[in-house]
Amino acid sequence: MQAKPLTLKIFDLASVIVVGIATYLALVFAPTELVMGDVQRIFYFHIGTAWTALLGFLLASGFSVTYLITKNLKWDRLQVAAIEVSLVFFFITIVLGSIWARPVWNTWWTWDPRLTTAAITELIYIAYFMLRQGIEDPERRARFGAVYALLGGLSAPITFFAIRLFRTIHPVVIGGSNPEAEGGFAMTADMRVALFFALFAFTVLFIDLFWNRVRLGELQDKVEQLKLKVSL
Amino acid sequence: MTIKVSKAEEKMPMADLVKDRPSGRFIKAVAAVVWKDLQAEFRSRELFSAMLVFSLLILLIFNFALELDIKTRQSVTAGVLWATFAFAGTLGLNRSMSIEKDRGCLDGLLLAPVDRSAIYFGKVISNLAFMLIVEAIVLPVYSVLYNTNLLQPGLMAVILLGSAGYAAVGTLLSTMSVQTRTRDILLPILLFPVVIPVILSAVKASGGYLEGLPFEEILSPLSLLIAYDIIFIAVAFMVFENVVEE
Repeated sequence: MQAKPLTLKIFDLASVIVVGIATYLALVFAPTELVMGDVQRIFYFHIGTAWTALLGFLLASGFSVTYLITKNLKWDRLQVAAIEVSLVFFFITIVLGSIWARPVWNTWWTWDPRLTTAAITELIYIAYFMLRQGIEDPERRARFGAVYALLGGLSAPITFFAIRLFRTIHPVVIGGSNPEAEGGFAMTADMRVALFFALFAFTVLFIDLFWNRVRLGELQDKVEQLKLKVSL
Repeated sequence: MTIKVSKAEEKMPMADLVKDRPSGRFIKAVAAVVWKDLQAEFRSRELFSAMLVFSLLILLIFNFALELDIKTRQSVTAGVLWATFAFAGTLGLNRSMSIEKDRGCLDGLLLAPVDRSAIYFGKVISNLAFMLIVEAIVLPVYSVLYNTNLLQPGLMAVILLGSAGYAAVGTLLSTMSVQTRTRDILLPILLFPVVIPVILSAVKASGGYLEGLPFEEILSPLSLLIAYDIIFIAVAFMVFENVVEE
């Protein structure tokens, strides 16, 4: 077995440290929001996980195209890794958002464009894994996966746009203001520090998990090849 | 005997003309696939009757599930119709592709020396045709049962656009799903989350027509529907090669 590369080990350690610092900044350093109180602190991790999840889904759509052009299984491994990590991050985003919405919106869930699109996006990528599970041939699995991830990556933003024809109550804290949004607030300088550090920390964590997952995929393939060799 | 020969001779130059142009050849291949599907269906009537009875049953279930009295009918008709079309559509898509797969017809089709996208468009058009035929029966039945006039040109245009988008994505995904282990179960799971923009904008536009809203208010869901159709037909056309490669 190959040893874990040193850079990856450093990344592992770094991500633990930066997420630790981000937690400190979000829970202690950032000032308490006046209206919502402590529950607003969820915001830092909510944005952090959402950003990295969307980054991963975007990367996955890119890997779809590169795989379909080159037919190199390397891109498939990258795609699975990106989607798997993003799926978990996005789930965390939704759960955190729900916890925040309970006291602020007085409900766990509303059918707002962002929330609905988030739920549909999760379902698209769960379907992606169900599709992959049903196919044994790795080459076909990669092709179908790439096609479906491409369709999903195209349809999710259209869904968002479509639902936006209705009203939204989701606050937009960074850029843009919606008078009908509920639970919006103005950020102080310290809040900004906490937010940007959270974004940075989750990006590092994402890269680390992504890298580990890609490595796992490579090892899985190797095991599979060795098994084939033994059985022959 | 002599008459037959002369007829064939008469047809020759026309056939050559069509053969020489690549676009003519493509259209001919698409038409052949559509014709094959329609003829097979005309002989067995398996798919059509199943889709039709299924959609009527869904209408029946909605009748009890939603208590379609006059007040609620106004607001939910568009939703009930599209839910019916979506469910009946998956039934048709699944069947039309699994027939190809089971009897080895898909391999035969792929061996034909035509562009793969011709096969795709042929299947889309025949799937769309089945959907439209079923819809053409469901609409008047719904109109009679619930005493609402659904036979409006605007609504028909929405139904055509919505079904086209649904069939375009559905054909691509059903080609993939029949090649997996889980087969039929997988299609709705793959299709529904991706096709939600179609359902959403089609329900909005149909509802708009039924409520008699001015055209400006229907324009945005309608244009979204057209945009979705164009984008997804183009993408499916580009990637179809990848889902039938052996």
